[in-house]
Amino acid sequence: MSILVNKDTKVIVQGLTGKTGTFHTEQALAYNGTKMVAGVHPKKGGETWTSGIEGYAELPIYATVGEAKEATGADASVVYVPPVGAAAAIIEAIDAEIPFIVCITEGIPVMDMVKVKARLEKSNSRLLGPNCPGILTPDECKIGIMPGSIFKKGSVGVVSRSGTLTYEAVFQTTNAGLGQTTAVGIGGDPVKGTEFIDVLEMFLADDATESIIMIGEIGGSAEEDAAQFLKDEAKKGRKKPMAGFIAGRTAPPGRTMGHAGAVISGGKGGAEDKIAAMEEAGIRVSPSPAKLGETLLEVLKG
Amino acid sequence: MGAVFAALTRIEPPVSTFRGIKRMNIHEYQAKAVLKEYGAPVAEGVAIFSADEAEAAAKKLPGPLWVVKSQIHAGGRGKGKFKELGADAKGGVRLAFSLEEVVTNAKEMLGNTLVTKQTGAAGKVVNRLYIEDGADIERELYLSLLVDRTVGQVAFVASTEGGVDIETVAEETPEKILTLPIDPDAGVTEEAASKLCDALKLEGEARADGMKIFPVLYKAFVEKDMSLLEVNPLIVMKNGRLRLLDAKVSFDGNALFRHPEIVELRDVTEEDDKEIEASKHDLAYVALDGDIGCMVNGAGLAMATMDIIKLYGAEPANFLDVGGGASKEKVTAAFKIITADPNVKGILVNIFGGIMRCDVIAEGVVAAVKEVGLQVPLVVRLEGTNVQLGKDIINNSGLNVIAADDLDDAAQKIVAAVKGGN
Repeated sequence: MSILVNKDTKVIVQGLTGKTGTFHTEQALAYNGTKMVAGVHPKKGGETWTSGIEGYAELPIYATVGEAKEATGADASVVYVPPVGAAAAIIEAIDAEIPFIVCITEGIPVMDMVKVKARLEKSNSRLLGPNCPGILTPDECKIGIMPGSIFKKGSVGVVSRSGTLTYEAVFQTTNAGLGQTTAVGIGGDPVKGTEFIDVLEMFLADDATESIIMIGEIGGSAEEDAAQFLKDEAKKGRKKPMAGFIAGRTAPPGRTMGHAGAVISGGKGGAEDKIAAMEEAGIRVSPSPAKLGETLLEVLKG
Repeated sequence: MGAVFAALTRIEPPVSTFRGIKRMNIHEYQAKAVLKEYGAPVAEGVAIFSADEAEAAAKKLPGPLWVVKSQIHAGGRGKGKFKELGADAKGGVRLAFSLEEVVTNAKEMLGNTLVTKQTGAAGKVVNRLYIEDGADIERELYLSLLVDRTVGQVAFVASTEGGVDIETVAEETPEKILTLPIDPDAGVTEEAASKLCDALKLEGEARADGMKIFPVLYKAFVEKDMSLLEVNPLIVMKNGRLRLLDAKVSFDGNALFRHPEIVELRDVTEEDDKEIEASKHDLAYVALDGDIGCMVNGAGLAMATMDIIKLYGAEPANFLDVGGGASKEKVTAAFKIITADPNVKGILVNIFGGIMRCDVIAEGVVAAVKEVGLQVPLVVRLEGTNVQLGKDIINNSGLNVIAADDLDDAAQKIVAAVKGGN
């Protein structure tokens, strides 16, 4: 088992024809044949995208997400569209009722995401990201930019706000012999589609996921909220062994202009508060980003 | 800790700069000009760059009370102290009761270094002053707008306790702070504006002003892609009307492409030279005090790399995130910025490639070293997409690079190399 994506997930690509979209679509196809079924480009509908990888020659391109979904029965879309048009691309996918949308794009204006969020809440779609590495279920499906070679099918659920730290957690759990059920990068933007709590709920419900690694970072309160959620669920008897890490323990407070910023830097959202909240919720927090796998092994040994 | 304070603290990360230097700050006088265009009530004022302009500027205003305000990108100016002046000298915001006083103050302030609790000990040189028409203040209030990340909406933060440190208010009397998120589809409704008026205890003309001003500020915030708009204080004047006595605005750097008029307001003298150079190459760079230069991909891994360097007893010289699809040129530029810092005694390149390919990083590093030379130990740790290609490029370059197997190994090696070098 896994969460959100598996070997049957059919994926369309918004922004396929660009350099980034092409490279990572080739990588996805090469990764155990992830079912990449079509591309979308408003001006290139009817054309064909040709992969540089042997055996996965071509994908049809449709002018709209709606047409692509109609023709392929896609249940997921990945967005590689540049920042200027990314929000519109996500909204197009929401309007086409794509159940699962993954946005990789970095640098989308926050106000655009505020609009996306409002649309999302009135829909049945789930958005992962933006500014995230995507999601990967080992040996089955790779959506986004995570390097497939570091994964191994196994029992750990990985969820992280940071893309590259997701890779660290995956790499280390692979080296520890544990492997992963699914790895999910929720992204670092302030306004995003999927939060820690959403993913933790799915990992708790997934039988194959025997333990969880959660990686947060300074700022906001998503880690504290997740810790509270885990405490509440534990009271209901839902609990899995967990290890964690918070990045930015040594970061000096940022230069803030006004007091509104100072409120935050003087108050909560700091690493120590997050670590305390997570440990209180039963997560073993590793002081070193290089010891995630080791820490989880220790937790599992009890 | 009260629920309201908890809500307030959720709004913005303490180190937003570490998720890219994706904010642009402007001066108070510029902020007021932007807000005035939308119809927000601000005092008349004139910005000056030299003391010679002070008298003419003051004469354009009605008097008999003027305010001379230092224009720097930092708060706490009123209580700040000038380095060059005695401890008894007045702060960075001064009242003047005559034209002569305006000129005297301008001469004393311009060119000197103002230290406030937000500038750090180094302070900031005051290159601009804003001469403003004085106001008779009845009450001082607090109002700000920012993006509340828990709900993904723009939120007002309002309090009757203005003109003071809002942080203290939040800690001591959180019940005096209202956080009000705004549904983007509905905008600032009458109901929302009324709630803000109630929270600020506005009556009569001030309430009527508030009902107009709140939607105006929200409109400005959204249309100009601001990331922070703080009015502290918002004042009720003796004549019963509202006025924005101060205004601090910063903008979402990711949205500047659609606001060329805002980009023109940038004051680079307020920024670190290396950070300016980095921003030209779209690199997220923050200068720090240590001696190990870091080049990392991804903000989270970059912070974690700083953490692990510290864990092994050394200090990072910088935060540098080369981002996602960096080119060879961008990597070269990043490397040059790091080596230009005289404090750097060793460099750690830590790359876990996803969107970023290890071969591109390797090519960039090799090109940069060939161009600028390498006077300090360099540890390179590569993992992820195209890792073997990357390692081959480094190994075949003939450069004196210390290869590391993983993050732990990399951190230990660079710390040992730097400490051994001392």
